Amino acid sequence: MERDDIIEYSLDAHHDEEHGKKVRATIWKVTAILTAITILEVMLGVYIKQGSGAWPFVKWSFIILTLLKAAYIVLVFMHLGDERKSLKYVILVPYILFMVYLIFICLMEALKIGNTWMTYGG
Amino acid sequence: MAGHATKEIDAATLWGGKVSPFSTSYGKLMMWFFLVSDALTFGGLLVAYGFTRHDAQDAWPIGEETFNSLPFLGHGYPLMYVALMTFILIVSSVTMVLAVEAGHRMDKRGVIKWMIATIIGGFFFVGSQAWEWYHFIHGSEFGKVELADGSQAIVKGHFGEIENFEVIEAGHHHKKGEKITEDLMHEFQHAAAGGHINGGVITLHDGTKAMIHKKADEHMELIVKKDGKKYSVGDRIEGKDAEKMYYDAIYGGTANKVIYGANLEQNEYGPQQYGQFFFFITGFHGFHVFSGVVINIIIMIGVVMGIYHKRGHYEMVEKTGLYWHFVDLVWVFVFTFFYLV
Repeated sequence: MERDDIIEYSLDAHHDEEHGKKVRATIWKVTAILTAITILEVMLGVYIKQGSGAWPFVKWSFIILTLLKAAYIVLVFMHLGDERKSLKYVILVPYILFMVYLIFICLMEALKIGNTWMTYGG
Repeated sequence: MAGHATKEIDAATLWGGKVSPFSTSYGKLMMWFFLVSDALTFGGLLVAYGFTRHDAQDAWPIGEETFNSLPFLGHGYPLMYVALMTFILIVSSVTMVLAVEAGHRMDKRGVIKWMIATIIGGFFFVGSQAWEWYHFIHGSEFGKVELADGSQAIVKGHFGEIENFEVIEAGHHHKKGEKITEDLMHEFQHAAAGGHINGGVITLHDGTKAMIHKKADEHMELIVKKDGKKYSVGDRIEGKDAEKMYYDAIYGGTANKVIYGANLEQNEYGPQQYGQFFFFITGFHGFHVFSGVVINIIIMIGVVMGIYHKRGHYEMVEKTGLYWHFVDLVWVFVFTFFYLV
């Protein structure tokens, strides 16, 4: 049953203790970053009320911080950053393109429908 | 032509079941493809949520007004609980990636240690979510009230404790003059929603009529969430005016003037769809967390039995890890769009 014509990519992932140390250091660094971002988000959420002058700024900070967190999780924790470029782009590019399009089209539509209700009653 | 071309390319260039252009194993690649499809599902759900929210605009509830409870400490701690949940999930993601790292060094004990930590974190998260749902379903002590002009308002402040119900007209289970001290809040909310409170007199299930003795509320504030003839969305009413309007509504003897908590048809926090999206999205995510915990347990049994050690690599741990990180990733977005923004 053993086939020697198939490459076992699973074995490529092995590393020694020395390399492991470096990997663990990165993991702890990213943990600290993710925790700090979460604390910052909660602080902003607690102290700045929705509807205040600073709110639009805070709202966009939330979205940017969330994308930053997501990037760390996908690229470091899920190791997509260490994969080959081809795999990285096959996963990320179509998804991101589609989501950006979907978000744009749906939210625009929702705002227009909301305004129509406000204008013409409901 | 095609057949001719195939001969010209050597096996190393052509995948042909031997060399992957992605330089990764079949299993891992398929896990990635599955995660992309699952991410599309969650993306679709969150965009649908965004659609409804932008459509409803000001009437939509604000996270910090809705989620402000902590276990044992009660209300008044906006966002702290979900922040804690987020932190638990991030930490369990970290322990998972440490298990994967241990697997790369063929360190079986390390893998077991970190996977146990991950599973415990997963259980904590699922438990937290159960608590969160319990609170969401039961709601606040005040509920959402429909005011005299037809507008609807949520209520903030400190609810004065109910001391007892003093029976003034006997029913099946209670005698006149008796002071009822059990299950007060539940009876009170049930009667208020059903329109069985008139003036300060509550009519219980068994026909008993009783006076409500209750401590005064403090710092009451009404925040209008649905337009009426006089008030519109975003208006705030405070102090004595708020108390008068609130009790005029719930002590008026009319049913359906107040809503407590949430179910699939209505909720006290905002539009109907808010409750439905909350249940569906956090429920679907919670289901993912639960499946993740189950899969982690299955894989850990494999690790303990030494299956992967014999195989020469711990890629199964890496694959289940990918799924687990994905669950964390989804929560990051749910956290932002449900609770923060």
